[in-house]
Amino acid sequence: MNKILIVDDEPNILLSLEFLFKKEGYKVFIARDGEEALGIIEEMDPELVILDVMMPKVDGYEVCRHLKSRHLATKVIFLTAKSKQQEVQKGLNLGADLYLTKPFSTKDLVQKVKILMN
Amino acid sequence: MLSKGLIIAFTFGYLALLFAIAFFSEQSAKKGKSYASNPYIYALSLAVYCTAWTYYGSVGRAATNGLEFLTIYIGPSLVAPLWWIIMRKIIRISKVQGISSIADFISSRYGKNITLGGVVTLFCFLGILPYISIQIKAVATSFDILQYAESPVQALNIPFYQDTAFYLAIGLAFFTVLFGTRDAEATAQHEGMVMAVAFESLFKLLAFIAVGVFVTYFVYDGFKDIFEQASLRNLDHLFVLQGDQGPTEWFWMSVLSMMAVLFLPRQFQMAVVENSNEKHLDKAMWLFPLYLLLINIFVIPIALGGLVHFSDGNVDADTFVLALPIAYEKNWLTLLVYLGGFSAATSMIIVSTIALSNMISNNLIIPILLVNEKLKSKFQNELGGRVIWIRRASIFVIILLAYVYYKEVSGQFSLVSIGLISFVAIAQFTPSIIGGIFWKTGSRLGALWGIIAGFGIWFYTLVVPTIITAGYLPESLMTEGLFGISAIKPYSLLGMEGMSYVTHSLYFSLSINILLYVIISLFSEQSSKEHNQALVFVDIFKYSTTLDSSIVWKGQAYLPDLRALLKNFLGEEKTSLAFAQYADKSGKALDKIRFADPELVNYCERILSGIIGSASARIMVGSVVKEEEISMEEVLGILRETQELKSLNLQLKQKSKELKKASDKLQEMNETLRLNDMLKDDFISTVTHEMKTPITSIRAFSEILLDEDLPDADKKKFLHIIIEETNRMTRLIDQVLDLERFDSGRQKLSMDRADAKILILQAAESMLQVFKEKGLKFDIQLDFEDLEISMDEDRIKQVILNLLSNASKFAKTKVVLEAKYEKENQLLIRVLDDGKGVPKEEIPYIFDKFFQAKNQTSKKPIGSGLGLAISKKIVEYHGGSIHVFRKAGMTCFEFTLPVQEELKKKSKLSNQYE
Repeated sequence: MNKILIVDDEPNILLSLEFLFKKEGYKVFIARDGEEALGIIEEMDPELVILDVMMPKVDGYEVCRHLKSRHLATKVIFLTAKSKQQEVQKGLNLGADLYLTKPFSTKDLVQKVKILMN
Repeated sequence: MLSKGLIIAFTFGYLALLFAIAFFSEQSAKKGKSYASNPYIYALSLAVYCTAWTYYGSVGRAATNGLEFLTIYIGPSLVAPLWWIIMRKIIRISKVQGISSIADFISSRYGKNITLGGVVTLFCFLGILPYISIQIKAVATSFDILQYAESPVQALNIPFYQDTAFYLAIGLAFFTVLFGTRDAEATAQHEGMVMAVAFESLFKLLAFIAVGVFVTYFVYDGFKDIFEQASLRNLDHLFVLQGDQGPTEWFWMSVLSMMAVLFLPRQFQMAVVENSNEKHLDKAMWLFPLYLLLINIFVIPIALGGLVHFSDGNVDADTFVLALPIAYEKNWLTLLVYLGGFSAATSMIIVSTIALSNMISNNLIIPILLVNEKLKSKFQNELGGRVIWIRRASIFVIILLAYVYYKEVSGQFSLVSIGLISFVAIAQFTPSIIGGIFWKTGSRLGALWGIIAGFGIWFYTLVVPTIITAGYLPESLMTEGLFGISAIKPYSLLGMEGMSYVTHSLYFSLSINILLYVIISLFSEQSSKEHNQALVFVDIFKYSTTLDSSIVWKGQAYLPDLRALLKNFLGEEKTSLAFAQYADKSGKALDKIRFADPELVNYCERILSGIIGSASARIMVGSVVKEEEISMEEVLGILRETQELKSLNLQLKQKSKELKKASDKLQEMNETLRLNDMLKDDFISTVTHEMKTPITSIRAFSEILLDEDLPDADKKKFLHIIIEETNRMTRLIDQVLDLERFDSGRQKLSMDRADAKILILQAAESMLQVFKEKGLKFDIQLDFEDLEISMDEDRIKQVILNLLSNASKFAKTKVVLEAKYEKENQLLIRVLDDGKGVPKEEIPYIFDKFFQAKNQTSKKPIGSGLGLAISKKIVEYHGGSIHVFRKAGMTCFEFTLPVQEELKKKSKLSNQYE
């Protein structure tokens, strides 16, 4: 079963995403900050990570950098409210596979995750 | 006793040291590192004022006349602050006009007149020669004393080829030639010579202090002991100011030394010619008087000590400085003292000789060569190479003449008396110099006759008596007066008695001098050239930047001629450099013109002045240019133009300064605006970001609810979240608008009297449920009487609620709400929690809007991030303040509310009626 890690510091967003992907049949892990995320990545080695940028302790950029240097196969989707051109560029430069901005369409997100996972 | 060989070895060893110092300073100056160009060396070099006369003679004079010796140092100290006015002006004039000596200065001021320069040079020479000779005498005498102690052989009787003093004089002449006449330019600075003189000043000071300390503390038991011993021998009159010592005498002696320190040729050389920066005067103004103070501290103790020790009167008081260490058989101290005296004498001889040789060559010999048509045509083209040799020869001649004078005349006089005679001679230049730089009317004839008359009186009242004493003139002249006329007895003109002979001479010579100068100036007419110079001298600070165009001259000069003339004196290389500098400064292309304009002619004349003196330079330049006579009106007209140009320039400068100020201000405003704009941008982007979070949740859950067929429990839960997030957004929007109103000052408070206690309790009550749910202990401590305060009740409640709500998020076990009334008419409200507290480095920012959102280092609490920022605004609107700190292991947010005095009383009253 495909493993997905969702990282966000907003409980309600975590809740909705967890619900969505569980229903799609993924094995879902959640983390509330970057540090927790790094722990889970080491332990569970998920195929895909959905990342917020602004988080306590370790931010999303940092997590992505780490992922792309150690876990080459892992896909990364940034899901964040930061929508300025240079912020998007920064995310993609770090090696993210997708950069989606909040608020997002659930259908669209599920669709894109599916494509990436294949 | 010291052997003769040892003394000679040390003497010449000391000279060798001077050579070394001078040599190495010049070498290093050539490499661009100048040691001499600083105020301390400058001040030390001015101390060339203190000669062997100071070194030996002060003690001698103190031993006979008591404190009066001090006048010679009081004058210079008093006049030092005036340097800023007088010396600075003289320096500026000399620098811009290329003046290299006192004779040149006077001649230049009065129309570059040859006669005047020659007269001043001649009188300077006559006045200074005896002074140089007594330096040789001091060296010779000290040398003899060292050898034969208290029974000196008359050195005067030794033939010169056996006389050490003769060889020393020759040695000094060599030193002076080597380090004082390297350049043909008399205005050039002599780095090596200055350093050597500064070293000598330091050396003589230390040596004198050494012997002073020895006498005061080793021979006697401190100052008190010396004065007591002297008192026992009835010597009180020497160190107590007494009425009969005459304030007149003190006054005139101080005035005399004031003039001397300004205009003695050696002082002019050091203070003006060798000055490399006008600013050095600032420090020298107090350093030089300090030096004089230091070197005089021990004069009286040594004099008294000597009088007490040699009470039989066999020892000349002029030699106490040496005789005391000899008497106590301190050989090394004796040697040091001797070398100190030697250094005082040599520095004076060196500097005076350089100054005199400049005057003799530039104001006497060269003009004579140029005035005589025959000599002129013969020497004109060879003069360049000869100038320096004329100067070198003068140095030898001066020193040898001084030696002869010492042998023949000054051997018979005390050091001080000859020194003072020189002072009076130099004082004769004061009226024409001071008048020259402050009084435009002062004229050439006035100066000339003033100086000549002053000198005549000086010669008759001071020099003639010395000749009589030496036995060359009949004694009757003193007692009966010239031709038997008693009104002109040298020591009591017009029957004037009761003054010392020096004061007497000074009084008469200076009075007549000033009188003639002023009267003749008033009644004589200045030539246009002279008037031009007078204006430039008096108003030098107006002209110094535009000097070449403010010296009026009309005519034409063939450029190659001018160039050839300069080359004759400067050599090819320096001439090219000088022309290049001029072209650079004026922006004129010299290779394209054939005739030089007046400005360039003036420039060349100025350079030439520095080499051969201003009067000679004028003649030389005059021989290659065609000059037209110019009227006084033209002079004044051209000068006015120059001045107007200058003031126009000044106005322009002022305008551009104002413009720059305005543009600076604009830039500053622009910067502030830009910063405000950035802050606004930042705020909006944070607000947008914060809004997107609840919208994201709302949209996600709405879509889930729309698509899925969910169990009722989930449906309810998700709908509940949607409502909660909607509320969150509403709150955020409210608070943003709130803050915006506070920020822009549009927020209005509805102030009303309210009971503080009730308000606090109401706020607390609405939080009770929250604390209960979180399992937190909640304490309320209200410690004040019933109190009514004027405030916006809802807003204050909002602040308390915000603080309590924050506390509930961070507290571990308990929250405390405290309120008490403080003496400074304010109510203090505190909310405490036992959470981990605010990190120290965040305290200054915690009341900033969205601080948490931007700095997520800890787990994000629930809230808009605007609560504290708004609370702060509310409290400040009420005239209070809000802080956070740590207290007894708890985080404490505290804010104050001012309590109005009258309301408090009223509330008390109402309490009584209840």
